[in-house]
Amino acid sequence: MSTAIDIRNVVKRYGLTTALHGISLTIADNEFFTLLGPSGCGKTTLLRCIAGFEDVSEGDIQLFGQNIAGLEPNQRPVNTVFQQYALFPHMSVVDNVAFGLKMKGVGPEDRRRRAGKMLEMVHLSAFADRMPAQLSGGQQQRVALARALAPEPKVLLLDEPLSALDLKLRQAMRVELKSLQEETGITFIFVTHDQEEALTMSDRIAVMSQGHVQQVGTARDIYEAPVNRFVADFIGETNLLDVTVESVSGGQARVILPGGHVILCPTTGDGLGRHLVSIRPERLSIVADGDLDVLVERVVYLGTDLQLLTRLPGGEEFHVRLQNSARTQPPAPGNRVSLHLEEGAARLLSD
Amino acid sequence: MAGTAPKAGKEGGTGYRGIVGPLLLPTWVMVGVFMVIPVLLMAVYSFLTKEFRGGVIWDFTLAAYDQFFLSRGLFGDEPPRIEWTYISIFWRSIWQAALATLVCLIVGFPTAWFIATRPARSRAVWLFLITVPYWVNLLIRTVSLKFLIRDNGPLNESLMSIGLIDGPLPLVNTNLAVQLGLFYSYLPFMVLPIYAAVERYNFALSEAAADLYASRWVTLWEIVLPIVKPGIIAGCILVFVPSLGAFLAPDLLGGAKTFMIGSLIDEQFRGSQGNWPFGAAAAMILMTLVMIVLLAYARAQAKSEAR
Repeated sequence: MSTAIDIRNVVKRYGLTTALHGISLTIADNEFFTLLGPSGCGKTTLLRCIAGFEDVSEGDIQLFGQNIAGLEPNQRPVNTVFQQYALFPHMSVVDNVAFGLKMKGVGPEDRRRRAGKMLEMVHLSAFADRMPAQLSGGQQQRVALARALAPEPKVLLLDEPLSALDLKLRQAMRVELKSLQEETGITFIFVTHDQEEALTMSDRIAVMSQGHVQQVGTARDIYEAPVNRFVADFIGETNLLDVTVESVSGGQARVILPGGHVILCPTTGDGLGRHLVSIRPERLSIVADGDLDVLVERVVYLGTDLQLLTRLPGGEEFHVRLQNSARTQPPAPGNRVSLHLEEGAARLLSD
Repeated sequence: MAGTAPKAGKEGGTGYRGIVGPLLLPTWVMVGVFMVIPVLLMAVYSFLTKEFRGGVIWDFTLAAYDQFFLSRGLFGDEPPRIEWTYISIFWRSIWQAALATLVCLIVGFPTAWFIATRPARSRAVWLFLITVPYWVNLLIRTVSLKFLIRDNGPLNESLMSIGLIDGPLPLVNTNLAVQLGLFYSYLPFMVLPIYAAVERYNFALSEAAADLYASRWVTLWEIVLPIVKPGIIAGCILVFVPSLGAFLAPDLLGGAKTFMIGSLIDEQFRGSQGNWPFGAAAAMILMTLVMIVLLAYARAQAKSEAR
C-alpha cells in the first residue's frame, strides 16, 4: 500500500505559542484517517497545514512523495470540505460544484456533466439550479462534499463537516461518507472532536491533545488499548484509578486497587509502584462472588443501558454499565454488589 | 425609511396594526415638509417667469426649459437651434462626477479592505481616523485645499525647494483641482459602504476558492467582487450623486473652464443677476438625471435579488 501523506516533524508556532509540537504521521493511500481531539488540540491546524492555509514553522509534508510545504493552496492537489461549508452564495449549486473543474480548465460542457455526476452521487440532482441559501443544512453539506470531490483530489480533507448537523442527519451522513470514501478510493483525512464519529468511520485514528499525537491506531486499538490517561479518558467512558503494582510475572501485573482489592492486568513493562489503571464500565458484570465489591449509590436509566454509580471500599467513585435487558435486575441503591472483571477490562497505563 | 414599520407590524401580528399608522406620522411629516413640498415648489418655479431682481412672476411659461435646451439667437428672433452651453456643462459635470467616482473606488476599495481585515479592536480606530476630517466644515476644508495647491502654497514650494520643478505647477483652476476637491470631499462615502460589505464577507470563501485552484486575482473577480458588489454600488451612488451637484469644489478650486451644474444652479439664486425659474429648471433636469441613475440601480438590484 502506497503512502498518500507523510507528515514529518511538523511544528507550527504562532508567535510565542506552539500549536503543533513535531507531529509525524504516515497516512496510506485509500485510507479513512481521522484526527480526533478536543478543541484546541491542533487537529484543525494540522489539516490547514496540509491544505496550505497555514505555513509550517518546521518539518515538511509530502504528498505521494512530493514535498508540498512550499506550495500555495491552489497548487496542492487536495480539496477541503469546510466546517461551515463555505459555499459560494452567488452561484447555483451546480456552479459551486463545477468551480474547481472550471479553475482546472475543464470546458463548460464537460464540467457541467461531471458536476452533474457528482450531484447524482450525493443525491442532489434535483437541486442543481438552486442557490445554496435555498438548501437545508444537510443538503448544503452534501454540496460542499460534491464540490470538494469534483476535481478528483488525491486527498480529501474534512474539517468537522458534520458538526453543524442534527443527530439523525449526522448518523446518516457517517454511513454515507464512509461508503463515498470506499466508492471513490480517495484518501480521506477527517477532523472531529466527536469520538463516536471517529470510531464508526475511520480505518485509523490519531488522537491528539495539546499539539501532540497521543496515539495512532484502529478504533479497536485506541479503545481497547489506550496508551495513556488522556486517550483512556477521552475515548469512551472509563474508570481511572491510582493503583500500586505489587509484582509482575509472565506479562501479568498484580495490581492493588484503592480499597485493597487485588486484580491482575496484562502489561508489557515491568515497573512496580504507583500506576494508573483504566477499567471500562461496560466490561463488568454483577456476580455472586466476583473480583471486587462495591457499594451502589445510584442507578441511572439510560434506555439501552443502566448506569450504576458506585463506590469502591476505599471511597473512590466507580461506574458500571449494564445492558438493559428483560433479565437485568438492577440492584437497589445502598446495597453492596460483587463485580466480575471481564478479560481485558482493566488496562495499565503508562502515565 | 417608511419600509421598516410595516415589517414590524407584520411580525407583531394584529396587536400592532392599530398603532403603526400614528407612529409613521412623524416620518410622513418629515418627508412631506422636507422633500415633497420643496421639490413641488421647485417644479412649479421652473415653469414661472423670471423677475429681474430675483424672484418670480406668476405667469406660467416654458421659457426656462426653452432657454436651457434651445437657442434663438441674440435677439430671440431666429429659428430655434440646440443650445449646447448648458448641455455641455451637464456633460462635463457627469464626466467629472464619474471620474471622481472611479478614483474614489480605486482608492476606497483597498482602503475599506485594509480596515475590514484589521483585528476587530483597531478597526474602530481606523474608521474614526477616516471620519475625523469630516468634523470640519466642507467649505473650510475646500478653501484649505486651495491654499495647499496654489502657486505659492506648501505643495509647490516644497516641490520647488527640492528641485523637482522649476516653476509652480498650475493646479488651481484646473479640472485636476476640481477632481482633487471632489475626491477629497466624498472619499468616505465610498469607503464606509464598502467597508460594511467587506466586513460581512466570509473569508472562508476565499480559502474555499484557493482550495479549488483559484488564483488570488480569480478569487477577487469571481468570488469577492460579486459578493461585496452591493457595497460598491452603494458607494458609487453616494459619491456620484453629490459630485454631480457639487458647487463648492468647482467654485473654489476650478475656474471658468471647469464650471459645473452645481455652480450654474447656485449662480441663478444669487443676487440680482439670478434667474430663479432657470435655476429651478436646471435643478429639475439634474434631479431627473439622478433619478434615472438610481432607478436603473434599483431595477438591477431587484433583478439580481429575484434570481
